[in-house]
Amino acid sequence: MNNTKRTWLQKYAASPYLVWCVIFVIAPLAFVVYYSLTDENGSFGFSNYARMFNGDTLHVFLISLAFAFVSTVICLIIAYPLAYYITKAKKKHQNMLLMLFMLPMWMNFVLRTYALSFLLEDTGLINSILKSIGFGQVKLIYTSGAVILGMVYNFLPYMLLPIYTVISKIDKNLIEASEDLGCNRLMTIGKILLPLSIPGIVSGITMVFVPSVSTFYISQQLGPTDFMLIGDLIESQIKSTAGVYNYGSAISFVLMVLIFICIAVMNHFSDESVEGGILV
Amino acid sequence: MNKERNIAGKIYIAVIFVILYAPIAVMIFFSFNSSNSMSEFSGFSFRWYNELFHNKDAGQALLNSLILAVSSSIISTVLGTAAALGIHSMRSKRIKKVIMNVTNLPLMNPDIVTGVSMMLLFAFVAGLLHSLHMFGFWTLLIAHVTFNMPYVILNVMPKLKQMDKSLPEAAMDLGCTPFKAFTKVEFFEILPGIASGLLMAFTLSLDDFVISYFVTGESFQTLPVFIYSMTKKRVVPYINALFAIIFVVIFILLLVRNFMSKENKHAAK
Repeated sequence: MNNTKRTWLQKYAASPYLVWCVIFVIAPLAFVVYYSLTDENGSFGFSNYARMFNGDTLHVFLISLAFAFVSTVICLIIAYPLAYYITKAKKKHQNMLLMLFMLPMWMNFVLRTYALSFLLEDTGLINSILKSIGFGQVKLIYTSGAVILGMVYNFLPYMLLPIYTVISKIDKNLIEASEDLGCNRLMTIGKILLPLSIPGIVSGITMVFVPSVSTFYISQQLGPTDFMLIGDLIESQIKSTAGVYNYGSAISFVLMVLIFICIAVMNHFSDESVEGGILV
Repeated sequence: MNKERNIAGKIYIAVIFVILYAPIAVMIFFSFNSSNSMSEFSGFSFRWYNELFHNKDAGQALLNSLILAVSSSIISTVLGTAAALGIHSMRSKRIKKVIMNVTNLPLMNPDIVTGVSMMLLFAFVAGLLHSLHMFGFWTLLIAHVTFNMPYVILNVMPKLKQMDKSLPEAAMDLGCTPFKAFTKVEFFEILPGIASGLLMAFTLSLDDFVISYFVTGESFQTLPVFIYSMTKKRVVPYINALFAIIFVVIFILLLVRNFMSKENKHAAK
């Protein structure tokens, strides 16, 4: 095959795309790096990075990582049994169930978060029910718990789909064999089901962790007033400091590197993470 | 034993289902409320639907989103399919790998970084041109095409790999030009990939908020950006009506898709 000549079409078909990538993917990232290494007056230096590791920003980074970690773990704990039980349903019901659980993902995430805040408001339905049955009003919205809930609520489908995909592909004979050979249920799950579903778990973790750690709307809508995640900090730096993008760029760059490290580490855990990895 | 397990599974599915749909159900229920209370249903009315349909900004935002989604998905499908053809036929494995890594870059990068990086580029160009009205339709279109193309490429690429390479060669041996060989033979072989790429690009474009938020301008607001600016820390009942309409539309579309894929399976048998 290698000695057939490439036609002119094959030779040049990718050129517009490559030019586009250079201008609109590579160049913008170069701008991020450039701005992060300069100050307002354009002189080079690492002052933005120094500032980042000396003050509140480091704290915001750690909080964001912790929140994303907690919500990813909760998503995994909820989604794994859910995916497992869906694969146990009758074949003709499985598609319908999966569709119903994936449906909220097709709604815009701004709308989903708004729906959540509508329910959690001080004057919302939950609080009015609590009040009418004699409990006092409970602070639900504008709390850290609400932020975690918002992340889990928004990103749960991203965990469910890849895990469901791998579990439904596991050969049922393997599970029967392990039961025939004397494994009890827990042993079957621990020795067969879990190890075989690692690729799905890995891509699920990546797909929940990345948007959680970089989100900026959820925390504004559901979190306490002065609460900030790294996404909020970037947004406020870029959007509200007219024309001064240097510090926001530095934070963006660090966030990007951090995410790439996370993805690389996660991929290390599974060789076939591509399986069921591309979603939507 | 087995039966108990089944019941536990069903209860678990039901509980998660209820939690997932509770906010959605409440939103839809209160979209028919005659007052703007979030907890007391004071009577059935179409008041908020009426208000939504008479809201010019909401209508304009929806129209903008549709225009943007149609144009960006078509452009990214054409460029992305061409790119997939070119990349697929490349001989050097190393160059191929580099290009695929660049293609994966926007997929792995958090949206906020993609949005910020594109905004910096546009702001720079705006500075060069001394233009104050840089941000709007064109910046959004460029951004959406950029984040859509990788999805088109990843949808078309597998179809190209599956295709029998001798097909376009045979067409050319029989006198087709390379372009004709593509339009008459290859195109139909990879059509399923192109179609799913186009569909995915369209929905992603319609759904995107984060990247659009950074490259949008006052002259051109998309629906998600409009909803964001309306709902920031306040309650707007006509957004409930919008929510209900979008939910029903998506529900019907997914049902149709589900039904059609079942039909296809039967036809295949």
